[in-house]
Amino acid sequence: MIVTAGSAVLPALPEMLLAGAACAILLFDVYADAARRALTPTLTMIALLAGVLVTSWFAMSGHRQVLFDGFYVADPLASFLKLIAFATMATVVFYSQDYLEQRGMRGGEYYVLCLTALLGVFVLISANNLLTVYLGIELLSLSLYAMVAFDRDSGIAAEAAIKYFVLGAIASGVLLYGMSMLYGLAGTLDLDALAQLVRHGADGGLIIGVAFVVVAIGFKFGAVPFHMWVPDVYQGAPTSVTLYIATVSTLGSFALSMRLLTHGLAGLPALWTQMLMAIAILSLLVGNLIAIAQTNLKRMLAYSAIANAGFVLLGFASGDTAGYRAALYYTIAYVLTTLGAIGMILMLARRGHEHDEIADFKGLAARDPLLALLMLALMFSTAGVPPFIGFWAKLWIIQALLGRAHVWVATFLVLASVVGAFYYLRVVWYMYFEPAGDRPAPEPRIRMRLILSLNAAGVLLLGLLPNALLNLCTRVIG
Amino acid sequence: MHSSVLLSVVIWLPIGTGVLLLALGEARPRAARWIALAGALATLAACVPLYTGFRDGTANYQFIERAAWIPALHAQYYLGVDGISLPLLLLTAFMTVPVVIAGWTVIERRVAQYFAAFLIMEGLMIGVFASLDALLFYFFWEAMLIPMFVIIGVWGGPRRVYATLKFFLYTFLGSVLMLVALIYLYEKTGSYAIAAMQQQPLALSVQRWIFLAFLVAFAVKVPMWPVHTWLPDAHVEAPTGGSVILAAIMLKMGGYGLLRFSLPITPDASRELDWLILALSLIAILYIALVALVQTDMKKLIAYSSIAHMGFVTLGAFLVFLILAATGTLDGAAAGMDGAQFQMISHGLISGALFLCIGVMYDRLHTRDIAAYGGVVNVMPAFAAFMVLFALANSGLPGTSGFVGEFLVILSSFRASFWYALLAATILVFGAGYNLWLVKRVIFGAVGNDKVAQMHELNGREFLVLGVLAVSVLLLGVWPAPLLNMMDASVQHLVHQVVASKIPAVALR
Repeated sequence: MIVTAGSAVLPALPEMLLAGAACAILLFDVYADAARRALTPTLTMIALLAGVLVTSWFAMSGHRQVLFDGFYVADPLASFLKLIAFATMATVVFYSQDYLEQRGMRGGEYYVLCLTALLGVFVLISANNLLTVYLGIELLSLSLYAMVAFDRDSGIAAEAAIKYFVLGAIASGVLLYGMSMLYGLAGTLDLDALAQLVRHGADGGLIIGVAFVVVAIGFKFGAVPFHMWVPDVYQGAPTSVTLYIATVSTLGSFALSMRLLTHGLAGLPALWTQMLMAIAILSLLVGNLIAIAQTNLKRMLAYSAIANAGFVLLGFASGDTAGYRAALYYTIAYVLTTLGAIGMILMLARRGHEHDEIADFKGLAARDPLLALLMLALMFSTAGVPPFIGFWAKLWIIQALLGRAHVWVATFLVLASVVGAFYYLRVVWYMYFEPAGDRPAPEPRIRMRLILSLNAAGVLLLGLLPNALLNLCTRVIG
Repeated sequence: MHSSVLLSVVIWLPIGTGVLLLALGEARPRAARWIALAGALATLAACVPLYTGFRDGTANYQFIERAAWIPALHAQYYLGVDGISLPLLLLTAFMTVPVVIAGWTVIERRVAQYFAAFLIMEGLMIGVFASLDALLFYFFWEAMLIPMFVIIGVWGGPRRVYATLKFFLYTFLGSVLMLVALIYLYEKTGSYAIAAMQQQPLALSVQRWIFLAFLVAFAVKVPMWPVHTWLPDAHVEAPTGGSVILAAIMLKMGGYGLLRFSLPITPDASRELDWLILALSLIAILYIALVALVQTDMKKLIAYSSIAHMGFVTLGAFLVFLILAATGTLDGAAAGMDGAQFQMISHGLISGALFLCIGVMYDRLHTRDIAAYGGVVNVMPAFAAFMVLFALANSGLPGTSGFVGEFLVILSSFRASFWYALLAATILVFGAGYNLWLVKRVIFGAVGNDKVAQMHELNGREFLVLGVLAVSVLLLGVWPAPLLNMMDASVQHLVHQVVASKIPAVALR
């Protein structure tokens, strides 16, 4: 591929900026004195803002460019996902600041790890080669393992990190093995070439190779039966890291499936859609049923994440662009809503009190009507009740399934969401119907309140007027 | 067919008022009450031009508003009313006012939130009746569950959490199946417009599934036996206002759905499966009326009587096929549907009034147990007069609105079969039975105990509310023509839609 020198690297500027920012912030944190070190979060925010500007500038071009000998692709989908990832990460950093401050976790490494993990997500988003995919996954995962264990003195955090690491390493190995089989059969690592070469799926080796890839994707999403890490990590990790995994990392999982399945393995949809369908249905069933029994909100949201992974995978499993669109929209809706829900735990957490038991929310409506109302909106959105964004996300998935005549799967999906509604409603029940007891009123924290309100307002507004985002998803998926 | 913004006003005005109340907070309960009343009255006032401007004698939708909403899904912000939806819409706006007044002093906790929930719900309910786009309809239909969930859960009785969860999950379960059916229809027609769905030809096997999906949604809402069990719980635990809205409006949505969706979209499946609806309706009428007879809780008694009365609605709506088969003409069929529709409006007024009456007594004695009362007439004569009037109206006394609907349904069931008519007419006996027995035990006789002796007479506010409802019940009873005229063209149109087969010609071979 012959390209001029400038355009050969420029579209990768967001990644370069992230890598540079990670190094700069690491150095700054080492050499700055204690007073200046407090600026690290601000610097991170500035880096993210710069990233947004750079990415939006490239998003203007709007056509597909392949760089670095086919290892890297810049297309509208990549720009769109990167912008969302930047915005998500900025919100995560904002929500986490006070929480980390209260717990004395103010090391600059935290922000550096956040940035490298984001870089991993970006590499995944722009991957056009199996090696790039693997690079992105490892960069993301290794940063996350460290982040989960960031609270060194916490036993359950260390346990969660070890579990995550061991299972994650196995999943990486499986992915690598699957990739090697694909390479052995097709003779190429390039996703464009793979899409052309792998078209007929009768070969036994191919089936195993694809199955391994699907297993790795299932693991990243936390889909059943590869979900064992999700509850422990969500509950054990510091809440700010839980927020990160639930949102930024989910965008990475989406990008992974997009690049590997719908692009690289586009020639074999019949093979992986069936596998995904089974995984997705199991996830809906197990995630929703076990979530009912949880008393810890973070753990409940973990099972909810498993169930939601089922919804996203069902979008992929429908095997056409309508389904991919729906999966993208669902991912965005899920990320936006989860940002608010876990952000609420961070808002209510105090020094020495995690506020992550569902019972901690008792009587919140009496203690703080605004926060309770926001949480109500977020919970009903996740349950898929209009007028919130979560409703349209589910609707689009159902529509994609019915478009492929999967009537029974769609019916199963809606029944599963009725089961799911119960445990989201329980949060509302505790907030509104239970007395507050001697639980204190939440701290004012005006800025956090404002951003949380905007977050929930977004969930409502995108629910009232969903057209713009639906159109964007249609545009970038094509 | 002129365009206007009236329907948008009656939908968004109460919702806007509700949001304003939420923003106001709990610091000024007095102001909250007055703002809520102003919002409810303004909405009612905005309905006046809807009533006066509505042209009878045409089945076309009127006051149409049509704008792009979600082009990506081919869903439109498409509003309009006809003779079937307008009466229900007016009923909604009308009944919200007494609900607001009834909660005036009774609600002491979270006053602004209470009124906000009711006003937001009013807007959403009106939205359900005014939507001509299926997705918009579903949007309002589901969103409505949120305020009701909160109303029962926050201001309800001791078992309110159980009741409200049961209410939510039951109705949610029914609705999501309808959603699948609606999206399936969209995939077929390429549009969410209800009119397009009504014209879409469908094979019988498809119609059957869609009919059943709709039926689950609407049967839960009506509620029909055997999916009625959420209603007594929800009614008993809900605050008075919640019970009124549930009985007067929410149940009607099931009936409305059957008329607007099930019958015209799946007419052949309706014809094939009409025995199912008729059987369930007759069970509701007979069995549930017996169940009502043995209740010891006043609210439960009225709740069961609501189920029995709604059985009349579903019976009247689905008699059309039998009448056609028995007589070969459609002459009597419209009467059945007229009756069903009239019964919905009349039951809305009467059951709402009865729940308000029970609320009046509950505010004084804080119990709904029938045995705790007795001889109320001695201490509250004016109240007793109202209560007796509404109880008699509930049992279908001629001269009240309750009579007209039941009479029309029974009249048309005679055309279908003598036995149906006989079965249906027994409700008049049982209905009279449980209503009169309730009145006997609660109102008449000697003063039951000291607590009853200390009950004070209706205050001005209560008198006004019950008085207005009493006048409406009597007015519709002696002069039903304006309402029947309003409905007539749309009902005729519906009857003709229903008997025309939609099975595509290919499938008939």
